[in-house]
Amino acid sequence: MIWDLHCHLSGVTGATPEECMGQLIAIADRMGIERLCVYMGMKWSQDPEPDDLRRQNDEVLQAITRFPDRTFGFVYLNPKHLEVSLAELERCVAKGPMVGVKLWVAKHCNAPELDPIIKRAAELKAVIFQHTWFKVGANYPGESTPSDFVELAERHPSVPFICGHTGGDWERGIRAIRHLRSVYADLAGSDPVAGFTEMAVRELGAERVIYGSDAGGRSFASQLGKVYGANIPEAARKLILGENLKRLMLPILKAKGIKI
Amino acid sequence: MISPETSRLALSRRSFIKTAATVTAATIIQTTSSESADAGPITIIDTNVSLGQWPFRHENLADTSALVAKLRQQGATQAWVGSLDALLHKDISAVNVRLAEECKQTGGGLLTPVGALNPMLPGWEEDLRRCVEVHQMPGIRLHPNYHGYKLGDAIFERVLQLAEERNLLVQISVIMEDERTIHPLVNVPATDTAPLSNALAKFPKVRLQLLNAFRTLRGLPVLSLAAHGVSFEIAMLEGVNGVANLLEKLPADRLCFGSHAPLFYFESAKLKLQESLLSELQMRALSSNNAFRLISRA
Repeated sequence: MIWDLHCHLSGVTGATPEECMGQLIAIADRMGIERLCVYMGMKWSQDPEPDDLRRQNDEVLQAITRFPDRTFGFVYLNPKHLEVSLAELERCVAKGPMVGVKLWVAKHCNAPELDPIIKRAAELKAVIFQHTWFKVGANYPGESTPSDFVELAERHPSVPFICGHTGGDWERGIRAIRHLRSVYADLAGSDPVAGFTEMAVRELGAERVIYGSDAGGRSFASQLGKVYGANIPEAARKLILGENLKRLMLPILKAKGIKI
Repeated sequence: MISPETSRLALSRRSFIKTAATVTAATIIQTTSSESADAGPITIIDTNVSLGQWPFRHENLADTSALVAKLRQQGATQAWVGSLDALLHKDISAVNVRLAEECKQTGGGLLTPVGALNPMLPGWEEDLRRCVEVHQMPGIRLHPNYHGYKLGDAIFERVLQLAEERNLLVQISVIMEDERTIHPLVNVPATDTAPLSNALAKFPKVRLQLLNAFRTLRGLPVLSLAAHGVSFEIAMLEGVNGVANLLEKLPADRLCFGSHAPLFYFESAKLKLQESLLSELQMRALSSNNAFRLISRA
């Protein structure tokens, strides 16, 4: 069983969200991927205004509505527009079909504005995904590092979080998050550097590591290669490829009556 | 001369892909071709492999025996290998001696050494001579960004001139790792390939392949370089359905298989052949035929 935590409509051939999603699923089929978590629209913005935020979430809603048995939607939120973000959380998750939250680079995630979002997302049992990078050069102005992320997670110790990209510079990212049992590592969206998965399993435990691709910008292949190429036990591989994500999503899937 | 051995490990098209990973039963290998799926063995020539220890991280496959076993297990019948010592060592002559000996003693007939050359070092032309005459290497691998010269420099033209005279394959490694995660004290920028077309126009018979090119090189510059005869490999090719998308524009004879092992998981490159829906002809060209043609002229 393979579930992909980290997919986008951007970078995929198609004129509509439904076409992009269909194309992505067709390619995922060749890789044996059963389920895809998708977030953000066909055209991205790092700091989306309210209208843009709603448009991007609408596009994801269109895409997942067409393929309800293959996809899960995460709502894209911008903490700079807190009221709008909370409203989007209600519209897309509480009253809509989405099951997770995506936070990107608009604002550093250690900012207190994120707390109401996290609190409401946790009430809804939504999966919370925060993008992070440790860049040797400069991060984007609002781009969080795993250290920022740890501050947020420590303020909400009972809430599970996913550390997007594990900081990109994973040797530093894994170290940053390893003391927080509530935090999961996302393997997606970096080069398939040998040793990533082995270190994550060694330092975090296989039950805290989740496969994702970051398709369409990344290939499914390069990111699956991190799991298939890793020198880890088969049981760990199964956890990473799908069982961990499934376990993390079960509370909200049950609450929404979504059968898998 | 190196022949494309069809060893006992050569695989049928179906098993060739399946060994990349224990993919689920739901996975179906598709082809746009009506040719038989088992028409003959498809083998891999991996054009982008390195030996030795990466300075910044322990590599599980730094041991040559382990690397060779991995390559064989994945269906590779030949790998072109450079030395990671070439990046920072100044005694390049010794680097090439060790590379040649390691390939001979531990390579099991699978490893083809590609010589290191640093034209910023005094006496580099002697290194090139030894690559050809002493070690019988079919090509050289350059790291202009680590060695401190540009592809518009006169010294690079001299390298091309000698490579043309010696009928050597020239591999240029554009980068070794993502610039965002590089060690901050060894912050090596990507090699700028913009001057390459002009240089190649002066040496049209040179056979040149760019390694690890696709992180920084995309779109029209790729096609322009291909028009000048440059070949590429897929280790850093990204994007969903990436190989098929690239082959819609790039001539099919310009793309080779490359894994960037042991720095990258080998499976990454191999699974790209599964992700893209390729014709039998494209699959064979990419897996080995293009590389064989490229090196056979050496």
